[in-house]
Amino acid sequence: MSPELVLGIYVFIMAIFVGFEVISRVPSVLHTPLMSGTNAIHGIVVLGAFLVAGSADTPLLHALGFIAVVFGAANVFGGFVVTDRMLEMFKKRETALPKAEAEKKNA
Amino acid sequence: MLDFRESVIALSYIVAAVFFIFGLKHLSSPATARAGNRLAAIGMALALGVTLLDRQIVSFWTIAIGTLIGAAIGVYFARTVQMTAMPQMVALFNGMGGGTAALVSVAEFLRLTRAGDAIGWGEGASIVLGTAIGAISLTGSIIAFGKLQEILPGRPLQFPLQRLINALILLSVLGLGGFVVIGGGGSTALWLLFAAALVLGAMFVLPIGGGDMPVVISILNSLTGLAAALTGFVLHNQMLVVAGVLVGASGTLLTLLMSTAMNRSVGNVLFGAFGAAASDPTATASVVGRTVRQTTAEDTAIALAYARSVVIVPGYGLAVAEAQHTVRELATDLEKRGVDVKYAIHPVAGRMPGHMNVLLAEANVPYDQLLEMDQVNGEFPQTDVVLVVGANDVVNPAARDDPSSPIYGMPILDVDRARNVIVLKRSMGHGFAGIDNALFYNDNTRMLFGDARQSLTQVGQALKNV
Repeated sequence: MSPELVLGIYVFIMAIFVGFEVISRVPSVLHTPLMSGTNAIHGIVVLGAFLVAGSADTPLLHALGFIAVVFGAANVFGGFVVTDRMLEMFKKRETALPKAEAEKKNA
Repeated sequence: MLDFRESVIALSYIVAAVFFIFGLKHLSSPATARAGNRLAAIGMALALGVTLLDRQIVSFWTIAIGTLIGAAIGVYFARTVQMTAMPQMVALFNGMGGGTAALVSVAEFLRLTRAGDAIGWGEGASIVLGTAIGAISLTGSIIAFGKLQEILPGRPLQFPLQRLINALILLSVLGLGGFVVIGGGGSTALWLLFAAALVLGAMFVLPIGGGDMPVVISILNSLTGLAAALTGFVLHNQMLVVAGVLVGASGTLLTLLMSTAMNRSVGNVLFGAFGAAASDPTATASVVGRTVRQTTAEDTAIALAYARSVVIVPGYGLAVAEAQHTVRELATDLEKRGVDVKYAIHPVAGRMPGHMNVLLAEANVPYDQLLEMDQVNGEFPQTDVVLVVGANDVVNPAARDDPSSPIYGMPILDVDRARNVIVLKRSMGHGFAGIDNALFYNDNTRMLFGDARQSLTQVGQALKNV
């Protein structure tokens, strides 16, 4: 086992706790946007596709890297835009409420 | 020691991870949710931007062209998709992420084995799991998309020996994985594993009914996060690990939450379809020979106009008919007449938790009118009229009263306890669960058949003449 892998596992375990802590406070109203938002975040895997595509030196690796970049970029850009569209509506509704009441609800 | 360029990359990754965490935190409140999504997007831009500085990257053409095409596809569909089709869009984007993770894992294996580097068992296991989970997520998401888009039938698809065949495919994935990690299996074995996992993903989702797709998408979402984290192990990239695990953890939480709302275990959702078909006929038999009472738009308008309190129960039918604006106009007219109007939102109304809230928000329905199940259930006995718009299974009293019903135990909105119930429905067809609804045969229930939006428009016009 390489030291990098041990470090990776360490980060993995810590991130589980951070993920649960941060996310467990989301109200159910926001669950669909949350799913969509996290869906965009796992598009980070396109970063791996960048590394593969950028260092490819055979036609097969070029092809794999290219498809991976296309898929990953669609995941990232589509994910964030679709989440923003959903949340745009929440913003409208928020401004329709008196400020004090909105704050009370968020508390 | 890291040189300057490597340090910039590493530190930027840490900053990006903080952006992701704050983004998720801001998503927890409606007021800051949009900003949260943008914070996450900034983190993403930073992480992807500094990755281009990596010395491993020598050619930018594939990246540039691939990103342009992928971004164009993603943005186009994200902008043009109907709000009602949101769940399947999330499924599709999720599948693409899974595909990326699988392809990256395969490519990295090819590169490492060709370079002659010895692959440690840790990296080998990460490659195998990343490939398998990513591939399962890809085809599973495509099937989920097909079911929600109604390209594929929503009912569970079953065939003889399904369990045995699935078990064999799963075993072959595990066997090939073991062979690659410890048996010295080469790229052929990994390609076979990739193919077997693709088949497994499809086979795994096919026997699950359309009503359970939100839970399935949530599971696949967290699986893609996990696959992304696994590619981080292979590439020794902590950014991938952090972001992937954040998604994996949130997806797991969300999955448990949705299953709880339906009073089912995740295992029951995934494998319950195998026994579901047998119980359906008994459920329908119990209401055979009973008749429903129809009503008209005019009668509905009168009932609403003279009610003191009205509760509207929106369901997927409302979403399909895109009737959220019409229903709000009707509610506004009723309020002008002094009627107290509320909306009762079942946790799984629509096709995802919060789906109905999104649709009603689009129609500018004020927050304080949306009541959750626990808040509203005590109020039904004092409610004059309940207007059920395209909801079915979530108002089926069988879930509360009939232990033989397949949905027995699922928490429901107790609309049958209200003084009058008017159900807007296209036909006497069944809901997602595919079972009959005893509510429709109650003495205090009236049915108004037709497309939800047309019916609501007619009721709204009739209301002006009352």
